[in-house]
Amino acid sequence: MTQFLSLLLNGISLGALYALIALGFVIIFKASEVVSFTHGSLLLLGAYSIARLSDSIGFLPAVLVGILITAAAAIVIERLIINRLRGAAVISLAIVTIGVDIILLTELIRRLGSDILNVPHPWGGESFRIGSVGLSQNRLIAFLVAAVLIAAFFLAFKYSSWGIAMRASAEDGETAALMGIRQGRVSALAWVVAGVLAAVAALFLVGSPTPGVTPTAYAVALRAFPAAILGGLDSTGGALVGGLLIGIAEAMAAGYQDQLLFLGRGFSAVVPFIVMIIVLMFRPSGLFGTKELTRV
Amino acid sequence: MLSIESLHVTYGGAVQAVRGVSMEVPDGKVVAVLGSNGAGKTTLLRTISGTLRLHRGRVESGSVNFDGTDLVSRDPAQAVRLGLVQVPEGRRIFGRLTVEENLRAGGMGNRDKAAKAKAQERVYDMFPVLKERSSQRGALLSGGEQQMLAIGRALMASPKLLLLDEPSLGLAPRIIGQIGEVVAEINRQGTSVLLVEQNATMALGVADLAYVLDVGEVSLSGDARELSQTDEVQRLYLGHDGGDAEHPRVRAASGKKLSRWTA
Repeated sequence: MTQFLSLLLNGISLGALYALIALGFVIIFKASEVVSFTHGSLLLLGAYSIARLSDSIGFLPAVLVGILITAAAAIVIERLIINRLRGAAVISLAIVTIGVDIILLTELIRRLGSDILNVPHPWGGESFRIGSVGLSQNRLIAFLVAAVLIAAFFLAFKYSSWGIAMRASAEDGETAALMGIRQGRVSALAWVVAGVLAAVAALFLVGSPTPGVTPTAYAVALRAFPAAILGGLDSTGGALVGGLLIGIAEAMAAGYQDQLLFLGRGFSAVVPFIVMIIVLMFRPSGLFGTKELTRV
Repeated sequence: MLSIESLHVTYGGAVQAVRGVSMEVPDGKVVAVLGSNGAGKTTLLRTISGTLRLHRGRVESGSVNFDGTDLVSRDPAQAVRLGLVQVPEGRRIFGRLTVEENLRAGGMGNRDKAAKAKAQERVYDMFPVLKERSSQRGALLSGGEQQMLAIGRALMASPKLLLLDEPSLGLAPRIIGQIGEVVAEINRQGTSVLLVEQNATMALGVADLAYVLDVGEVSLSGDARELSQTDEVQRLYLGHDGGDAEHPRVRAASGKKLSRWTA
């Protein structure tokens, strides 16, 4: 039972980070009609910037600048490429984002070289215990920060003018335009928000229990894709549920890997994708997705 | 106020949807544009509101002028800021947003907070049912209520000129009558209206001036009351036989509407 609780806690904290990434993925899809595969390299860019800058300007300023850099990269991608290709087929845009992702990723890997950069988290690598249930402090703080950000996001999405403009133009872009809502602006803002969320997720994903900034941080973002897909690509609530589901499933598979040994070692890394496939078999548009995704 | 001169619009460089249309909407008036499917009515509105590009349409020649500003090549947000707001055909309310959120969306192009609050009050005064149902999702409203919401949403931007694209489409006759009254009331409160309609009875009832479009060209224009007396309008749009034996009474207007419904 203790092990189960401990794994559940770890899964939730990991899932909250996946949810941050998946939320960005979903709002980009809603605002720009792009399935954006740039998230992996944006995440790595955030982690890399924070790690590199911490040495010279200190941890907290590095976090702020790192988040800004990631958001800036996101908006540059949106303005320079996505916005200009408005009206192109969804599939072409998706391939374009894969291209952008590979370019950015290649440069980041070149810069990283074989070093493992460490983000000097002031909270260190210690664990936190409630009775016999343990969780790394990093993951605990990650969970709290993610919870606050996710709550703020949902409140803004529901009540702010940006949220209403965003939902209106996602539902019917032409009519939203007739109301004077500038779709370009809505889309640019969505990318900024997605960039910020990815950078925050990056900050925690490269801390304990994961070892530093390595290109493998990229694979973590890949696992947030199934979270967005199984929740329903156009559902923000779905991204949250999908993120948690994937996080918990992954933590469980890792924790019980001795019992799951017949499936092979490292099985937990593929669990997110297996969960996604199973969910999609029963609900092709994801748990909370709109049935008809193509908009007229 | 709005003045269109020898406007030519094509889609994809090939289909000529509007051919040499000239039109005036004087300040404070209601102007009706009649015509059957494919007459170019919607294209005309798209040109004015700046959504033509979204449909791959292009202004080949001619001008659209609103209070001294050229509207050709402006985007919809700029048109809204100038005071030109369109209620799209088929209502197109945001079904997943609540009634109140729909209205807020309508006020997005309006930066003046005081004007927005006043506009909201005016909308709720005009359509009390929207206030009652303000927290419901738009999709749950009836067709007539959705049309009220679509009009109210456009009014949130405090337009100087309201463009209505077939507000009677698919609504019951009693509701159509109400829409006519609403249009008259909006105009009485100082907003000019350009009303595009297939329902000529309602449109000519509230309009001061009217234009009849036929395959992209203006075939008739003039005072709405006088126009409604002409044989051609009587026969083609009002469903009365003008005594012409060669054109048996076919109820053209209602027949067309029906075909549109089933399409």
